[in-house]
Amino acid sequence: MAAYNLKTLTDKPERLTGGHRMCAGCGAPIVVRTVLRALKPEDHAVVGTATGCLEVSTCIYPYTAWKDSFIHSAFENAAATVSGAEAAYRAMSRTGKVNGTTKFIAFGGDGGTYDIGFQSLSGAMERGHDMVYVCYDNEAYMNTGIQRSSSTPKYADTTTSPAGSDIPGKVQFKKDLTMVMAAHNIPYVAQSAPFRNMRDLYEKAEKAIYTPGPAFLNVMAPCPRGWRYNTPQLMEVVRLAIDSCVWPLYEVIEGKFVLNYKPRKKIPVVDYLKPQGRFRHLFTKENEGLLEELQQEVDRRWNRLLELCGEA
Amino acid sequence: MAIKDKLSGNEAVAIAMRQIDPDVVAAFPITPSTEVPQYFSQFVANGQVHTEFVAVESEHSAMSACIGAEAAGARTMTATSSQGLALMWEMLYIAASLHLPIVMSVINRALSGPINIHNDHSDSMGARDSGWIQLYCEDNQEAYDNLIQAVRIAEHKDVQLPVMVCFDGFITSHAVENIELIEDEKVKAFVGEYKPGYHLLNKDNPIALGPLDMPAFYFEHKRAQAECMQNAKKVIMEVAQEFEKLTGRKYGFFEEYRMDDAEVAVVVLNSTAGTAKTVVNELRDQGIKAGLIKPRVFRPFPFEEIGKALSGLKAVAVMDKAESFSTAGGPLFAEIRSAMFDYAKDTKAINYIYGLGGRDVRADEIKLVYQDLIDIARTGQVKSTFNYLGIRE
Ligand SMILES: Cc1ncc(C[n+]2csc(CCOP(=O)(O)OP(=O)(O)O)c2C)c(N)n1
Ligand code: SF4
Ligand SMILES: [Mg+2]
Repeated sequence: MAAYNLKTLTDKPERLTGGHRMCAGCGAPIVVRTVLRALKPEDHAVVGTATGCLEVSTCIYPYTAWKDSFIHSAFENAAATVSGAEAAYRAMSRTGKVNGTTKFIAFGGDGGTYDIGFQSLSGAMERGHDMVYVCYDNEAYMNTGIQRSSSTPKYADTTTSPAGSDIPGKVQFKKDLTMVMAAHNIPYVAQSAPFRNMRDLYEKAEKAIYTPGPAFLNVMAPCPRGWRYNTPQLMEVVRLAIDSCVWPLYEVIEGKFVLNYKPRKKIPVVDYLKPQGRFRHLFTKENEGLLEELQQEVDRRWNRLLELCGEA
Repeated sequence: MAIKDKLSGNEAVAIAMRQIDPDVVAAFPITPSTEVPQYFSQFVANGQVHTEFVAVESEHSAMSACIGAEAAGARTMTATSSQGLALMWEMLYIAASLHLPIVMSVINRALSGPINIHNDHSDSMGARDSGWIQLYCEDNQEAYDNLIQAVRIAEHKDVQLPVMVCFDGFITSHAVENIELIEDEKVKAFVGEYKPGYHLLNKDNPIALGPLDMPAFYFEHKRAQAECMQNAKKVIMEVAQEFEKLTGRKYGFFEEYRMDDAEVAVVVLNSTAGTAKTVVNELRDQGIKAGLIKPRVFRPFPFEEIGKALSGLKAVAVMDKAESFSTAGGPLFAEIRSAMFDYAKDTKAINYIYGLGGRDVRADEIKLVYQDLIDIARTGQVKSTFNYLGIRE
C-alpha cells in the first residue's frame, strides 16, 4: 500500500459527483466519496443504496450522481439486493458473460441497517457474498424528519423520542451494531468516521473492498439538521466523538480486534454533547445525573473494547 | 420424442428450471412450494446447472436478491406460496416497475390468518395488481408448460415484465400424475440465451435503477408499464403458438371446454376446472348445454376475449377461491362481470366463493352450481348473486 496522501487521492475522478441534493455539512456524501475513492480506477462497481437521505438526494429521475452502476430498490433490503447482483456476477463469470472486476458495495443509513434492514444485512453477511456493506450512521431516520432509531444515542431529542417535561429524550442506549457484526465472524468489520485527513476511512474501505468475502463498515456520518450543530463544525463534532471515546475507531480482521486510535487525552463526553442541540436539554441542574450516566456507559464500552483489543 | 413420466407439480417445475438453467435462483422455504428449491438445490449440488443458488433468510430478501440479480443481467427464478408471497409484496411492485423479467412459481396456498397450509387463491389474488403477469395452471403438465413459456414471455423485448405461474398447493404441487416432458436441448433452444438490454454488470454503460421519481415523470413511467402489459397479450399468444409447434399442446388466454353451443357455463381457475369438466360431461350426457371456461392468463386480463366468449350464454357462474371482502364477490367475478357489461350484457352472472383454506370441492357441489344456472336460464331470475359453496351454515 502506497503512503496515504489525501491530495493525490482526491485527484482521482469522483465516483459520486457534485450536484446531488444532500444538505451542506452532511457527513454522508463525504463518507461515500471516501469509500468509493478506495476503488481501483480500473474496477467497476455496482452500488446499491437503501431508501434514505442518501438515495433520495443522489438519484432523482432523470439525474444520477453515481458514476458506477447503481441500484435502489427499497428501504430494508440493500444488502439482499446487492447480494443478488453479486450472485449474478458469480454465475455470469462462470459462463463467460462478464469479464473484468466488478465490486459490490451497499450503503444504508442507520435506520436501513440497525433496524429495518438488519435481517437482510445479517443474511447477506452470513451467506458470504463478496461485498461490502457500509452503514452511514447519522443516528436517526433523517429522511423522514429525525425519528429515533436503535442507533440514536440515549437522551437524544428526536421527533419520536422528544425531550419533554417527564421524559428526557430517547430512553435506551445506542445499539452496538459493530460488535453485532463482529459476532458474524466475517473476514472484515470496522468502525470509522470522516476523521482528520480521511486516512482511517480510506484505508478501511480499501481493506473492506479488496478483502474477499463479506465486509461491514460502520461509519459515523453526522447530520447537522438532526444533531443541530453549527454546519461548518462537522469535522469538529467527529473529532469530539472520537476523542471522548463515544465512537472509537477499530477494526476486526478475521476475528482479531485492533484499536486504530487511542486519544492521547480522553475528553469528557459532555464536550461532545455540548455543541449539539439534540442534547441541549441535558445541560440543566436537574439533569446532571443523566450526563454522568452517559459518561459511565461510554467508559464501560471503551474499557471493554480496550480489553478486546489487548490494550487494557 | 417427448419424455413420458409421472411427476408431482413441484417436481415438474423443478425439472423445467433445471432445463432452463437460470443464472440465479434465490428462494426461501414455505409449504407447499418448499420442494421446488429443495429439488433445485440438488441439481446445483450435482452440477446439473450453472446456477448460483442463493439460500436467503426470508422471502423479502428472496425477491430483493432476484431484483438485484435480474438487474445485473442474470436470468432469475424463484418459487413461493402464501405468507412468502405476502412478505414479498413490497418487492413485487418494485420488480415490475423496474421491468425485470423474473419468473416465479406461486404454489397457491391460503393466506393467514388463521394459518392454514392448504390451497386457495388468496395469495396470488392479493398480488394481482402488482404489475406481474399471472398464468394459472390446471395440473402438473400446465405448470411445466407455462413455466417454460413464462421465460419467453417475460424476457420479450416488448414485455420485460415479471411472470408468476400459479398452481394449486398439494392438489397439483404434490399429486403425482402423468406428464410429458420436453427434451433438455429443446427446452434450451426454446427459451434461448438471455440477452438483457441494459444491466448493472455492463461496465461500459453504467446505469442507475430505482431513482426517486417525482410527479413530473412517475405517471408516464406507470403508463409505460401498463403498455408493456398490453404488449404481453400479443406475445403470450405468439409464444403459445410456437410452443404448440414444439409440443402439440395448445395454450391461449383461457381454455373453452364444450362452449360451442353452451347455454350455461362456469368460469373457474386451476385444478377445480378438472373436477368441473367431469360435471360438464355428465350434464352434456343428460342433454344439458353446459360449458366451462378456465382462465389461464389473469394478468393481463383478456377483457374483450373473455367477455365475448360469454356472450350469448343465458347464465354464467364465476367461482372464486379467494374472498375479497368487498361484499360484492370475489376478484375473478368482479373483473369478468365488468367484461360482460361490455360484451355479454344479456347474460346473467352469479358468484360462488368456494374451497377457502383447502376445503374440498366435490363434483356434486359443482353440480349444484350448474343447477342454479339451469334454473336462472329457465326463469330468467337470479335469486342470489353472491354465494358460498360447500360451507357449513
Ligand atoms: C418499508 C418502509 N418503511 C418506511 C419507509 C419510510 N422511510 C424512508 S427513509 C426512512 C428513514 C431512513 O433513515 P436512515 O436509514 O437512518 O437513513 P437517513 O435518512 O437517516 O440517511 C424511512 C422511515 C420506507 N421507505 N419503507
Ligand atoms: S437531513 Fe441530515 S442526513 Fe439528510 S441530507 Fe441533510 S444533513 Fe444529510
Ligand atoms: Mg439515519
